[in-house]
Parts: sequence; structure tokens; C-alpha cells
Amino acid sequence: MVIGGRFEAGAAELLICMKRLSYLSLPMLLAVLAAGFSGCKPSAEETAADAQIIKVGEFASLTGSEASFGQSSHDGTLLAVEDINNAGGVLGKKLQLITEDDQSKDGESATAVKKLISRDKVVAILGEVASIRSIEAAQICQQYKVPQISPSSTNPKVTQTGDYIFRVCFIDPFQGTVMAQFAAKTLKAKKVALLTDVGSTYSVGLADFFKAGFIAGGGEIVAEQKFTKDDKDFKAQLTAVKTANPDAIFIPAYYGQVTLIALQARELGITVPLFGGDGWEAPELTEGPGAAEALEGCYFSTHFSPEQDSPKIKQFVAAYQKRFGSVPDAMGALGYDSVLALVDAIKRAGSSDSDKIRDALATVKNLEGVTGITTLDTNRDAQKPAVILEIKGGKFVYKETVNP
Amino acid sequence: MTEFLQQLINGVSVGSMYALIALGYTLVYGVLRFINFAHSDVFMVGAFAGMYLGRNLGQASVGGGLLVMLGAMAICAVLGMLIERFAYRPLRDRSKLSVLITAIGMSLFLENAGQLVFGPNPQPFPTTFPSRNFELGLVVVSSKDLVVFGVAVVLLAALQLLVLKTRIGTAMRATAFNPQAAALMGININHVISFTFGLGSALAAAGGILWAYKFPKIDPLMGIAPGLTAFVAAVLGGIGNIPGAALGGLLIGIIETFVKGSRWSTWSEAIAFILLIIILMFRPAGLLGETQPEKV
Repeated sequence: MVIGGRFEAGAAELLICMKRLSYLSLPMLLAVLAAGFSGCKPSAEETAADAQIIKVGEFASLTGSEASFGQSSHDGTLLAVEDINNAGGVLGKKLQLITEDDQSKDGESATAVKKLISRDKVVAILGEVASIRSIEAAQICQQYKVPQISPSSTNPKVTQTGDYIFRVCFIDPFQGTVMAQFAAKTLKAKKVALLTDVGSTYSVGLADFFKAGFIAGGGEIVAEQKFTKDDKDFKAQLTAVKTANPDAIFIPAYYGQVTLIALQARELGITVPLFGGDGWEAPELTEGPGAAEALEGCYFSTHFSPEQDSPKIKQFVAAYQKRFGSVPDAMGALGYDSVLALVDAIKRAGSSDSDKIRDALATVKNLEGVTGITTLDTNRDAQKPAVILEIKGGKFVYKETVNP
Repeated sequence: MTEFLQQLINGVSVGSMYALIALGYTLVYGVLRFINFAHSDVFMVGAFAGMYLGRNLGQASVGGGLLVMLGAMAICAVLGMLIERFAYRPLRDRSKLSVLITAIGMSLFLENAGQLVFGPNPQPFPTTFPSRNFELGLVVVSSKDLVVFGVAVVLLAALQLLVLKTRIGTAMRATAFNPQAAALMGININHVISFTFGLGSALAAAGGILWAYKFPKIDPLMGIAPGLTAFVAAVLGGIGNIPGAALGGLLIGIIETFVKGSRWSTWSEAIAFILLIIILMFRPAGLLGETQPEKV
């Protein structure tokens, strides 16, 4: 029911078209009109300028319910593109990042990616955080044979879409196992309850992998409750969870809902720790009245912590802080690494041709980034360590690193 | 048994908010015979008005909370009257369909203007009323539940009194009964309709504040889901009927909660709608829809 974002994008497109039209001579204008506005033909100068740049498309949830993910990821991506360009670019050309906002809406990402491919003619696509939107875009990228690198979608199905789809982060079978072991060993939980967002590929997948891992380790799942994306009231599910009397509650969901779940759980007198995956990581998680207290002593797994002791990370954190005035989170770090992987592939391919980039991406090996060493396996996934963070006084504190 | 009681409390709490929103739909329908689809977005504006007012309020207190709520209600009452004056009144003599489409357009306008003005991202809602938990045996009642229920009951009673016992209430009922005849009897129906919209919008604002107080993350599209549920509640109870809206809201809230707490949790809305269809098959005017003279 919302048309604002689309309209803006549409209007901007029209304006660009009109601007470009004024450069064209009359016969060319007629030719364009005759072609039925099949697209704005670039003028000769622009084509010459195009030869000096490599266009990279990015789609992100810059606004809406997962805006924090999109913003961080975009900032990290932007920083990497600027770093590369300041160091002279790739193959003597500059990178141009073209970003589309999918408004955190399922369905919008396909539109955004189509636009990037057909209008902007990008050579590769970077995005998204939420698995469901990465999968939608992946189907388009695969169809048009444009390589896509997801910085931080962890559901296995993302790269299973096709051989043009890559990612630079670990996948949920690993994350689920890590959290299952963490629950058993560190939290000493024997009975765990699950609360899953059934509309989210990420949530359902991570819940399944956690469950398998936790049961294999001798644990018991005492309650499984479900909700959907638009839910605000979780008391019904939480009351059922409370009756099952778990030692801890695993909530593989995105931060916006986790805050409300935590607040309502404490209202119902549930005092056991809550824990989840990388979908929790956003400063908004502990914003608002009572949120920090409700989440005190809760844990989540993610890809990166700015507190990790490594010169590479310290340098990245300083550069990011200087550029954006905030400390990077995992989404920012992975956004940065997704550009590094792409640039590495373009360099080794010696070309900005999409097919050649794809072939080079498939052989990315021992690439050092801010979230560790990236080596893409035969499934086009990366194997990287997971980091567990604890929430203390509203802040995310580094707890431990788990290697694959 | 404990779980049953706890779910009942949860259900009554969310149901009384649905009831409060449903009152707005029912009030406007009762007088003008049309569904004000922009109601759920006035609800959203109410929550945001509360957020801006509440930020300037230091400590959470009952008085401060009420002050924020009254402020937001006043702002939304003015907004509701403006919407009626500029969007609906020029079309009052046209077909009902034109007004209905205008209402949908107004709803989209408020949603998109909201994204532009307030920003599209969810924002935390400041504490207005103080909150604490009361443990009664094994059942926990949050002060939030009490505030929500209390405010809903007070507003419902006040509305019923206003419609049945005051001059303006009599004028509203007369306008609902027959606008032309009412006008001939010297009732300024423009004033009455304007007042009705103001009142309905103030109730939406109160609902918005309570919703945001209970679920403290607000965004410009927050009205859509509860608005739809509340509309169903109004129809279930008998649209145009004040106690009907309250009954419908409570019923839907309780049913939704019990389904959500069971293993069929994702079916909660489907079950509420199936129930609506069944009830409408046997009582086409809704549960309390037959008492014609009581219509506002």
C-alpha cells in the first residue's frame, strides 16, 4: 500500500532521462522516440566516461523494519568502494556504486535488482542482509547471469539458487550448531524453547539447524512457538513458553521484534536468558524504555566484533569511525568484505565482464578481510569463525570466538 | 489453569485496544454510513504525536501519561475534523463509493506523508505511564494491561453517556436517523458531523498511545494491521453500535490470543475471520447489530 519510495525512484529516473535527452541532437531524439523510449541512450561523451568506470549495483534495506542492517551494510560497502578508488581503483578504472533501497519489503528487492541490471547495466550485484530478500534477488541475478555477492545472508538456500550467487559470510547450519553448543556448554541449558518468525527464511532455517544441533547434543526442545513479521503482541506465545519452563529461549529473529519479545517476556515474569543469531545485531535492539534491562545478560552470535584484537580490525574500525562517526557492526564489516571479494575477482579476471567475474569469484581463496579469511567453497559459501556477544548495560560485549 | 487465566488477561488487554479503535469506525459509520479507512492512520498519527509530546516529559507518571494522551487526542481531533472538512464534506452528496475511495486515498496519503515526516524506520516510544508488574499467584498482570483496560473502559462509558445523555449526543443520533429531517429541526449537521469525526479521531489517538505504550516501537505503517482487526471487530459486534464494537474487540482479542498460544499460532487471523463469517451468516447485522434505536 506504500507507493512513496517507488514514486521517488520513478521520478528520479524520469529526471535523469530528461537531462540526458537535452544532450541529444534532434535526429537522435527522434530515433529514441521511435524506439518507444526503450531506454535512454547514452551520449557519446557518456560512453567514453563509462569506459573509465566499473558499475557495481547494491540493494539494501536502507529504510523500514530492518533499516539498521541496510544502513550498516551500505556504509561498509561504501567505505570499501571509496578505499579502493582512493588507492587507484581496479584495472585502472574507478568503481561506481549504484544503490537501490528495497524498504525492508519482501518483493521489492527483485524490482530493485531488475532496475540495476537493465537500467544501470551493472557488472555485479552486492546485497542483502535478510535471506528472503537475497533469495528473491538471486533468482533475477541468476536469470540475467550477473554475479551477486550477499554480504551477510546466512540461509543456505541463498547460494543454492544458482552458480552466479556467492556470499562472504558463514551459513546457518554452522551458526545453529555454534549456538546449540553455546546453550549446552555456557548457558548450561538442558531445556530450550524456540520462538520462530515463520515468514522469514532466515528465522525458520536457523531454528531448524539449532534444533538439530541441540537435540544431537542431548538437549531437549520443550516448546516451539511461531509468529509472523507484523506481530507486535507476543504474550500469547510467551505465556505458552513460560508454562513449558525452559532454561533459555532461542529467538532466531530480527532485532525489531526481539526487543518487543524481550520486553513482553520480562513483563510476564520470564527471567531466563534469551539468545539468538546475527539478526539481533543493531543498536536499535536495546533502544527505548526498558529494552536494555530486558535484554541484560542475553547473547547472540554474529560475524565480527570491533573489540577483537587484530591490527586489520583496529584499522577498519578507525577508518569507519572517521567516515561515519559510529563503530562498525558485523553488517558493516561484511559489506566491506563483499567489495574486497568482488575487487579481488575483477583483478584476477582482468576484466569487468560479468561471466569472467563469476568464474574468478568461484576461486576466491585466502582473501584477508575484516571478518577473517574468505575462501569460497564449492557451494560458493565462506567458512568463517562466529563471534558471540553478550548484552551488558545496553552494549554488545565480546564474549568468545568459535572457529569452524 | 494458570496458563488459561494468563492468556485471558493477555487477550482482554489486546482486545480492549481493538475495542477502542473499533469505536472510531463504528461512530463514523453510525452517523454517516461510511467506513473511514483513514481511521487506522489517524491512530498512527496519535502514537507519533504522543512520542513527540512524551519526549519532553521527563519522568514517567500517571499524570504525565494522561497529559500526553490528552494532547495527542486533541491533535488528532483537529486532524480528523480537517480530514472531514476538506476530503469528505465536498463529496457528501455524491455516491457512497466516491467517499469510500477518498477514504482509502486519505489512508494512503497519511501513510506516505508519515514516512516522509516521521521517517520510515521504527522508533522507540518514550515511557509515559510508569510500569511495573503485579504477581497474583502464578498469574502476572502488568500495569500496562491495567492502564489499557482502565482507559478503554472509561472512554467507552464516557462515549456511551455522551451519545445517550447529552444535547450533542441527541443531535448525533438525530443526524444518524435522518440528516435532512434533523437539519429541518434546526440541527447544524455540519457541526455534528465535524464533532463526530473529532471524537472518533480522539479515540483513535488514545488507542494509538496505548498501543505504543504496550508495544513501544512505532512506525508510520503501524496502523494497518490493528486497524484491519479493529474494523473486523466493529463488524463482528454490529457496526454502528457502541457496546457492539467493545464486545467485538474483546472477542477478537481473546480468540486471537488463545489461538496464538496454541500450536496453530500462525492461523490466529484466519480463525478470527472464519468466526466472523460464521457469525455473520447467522446474524448478518453483527452480534449486537439489531438494536436500531441505540445507533448513534
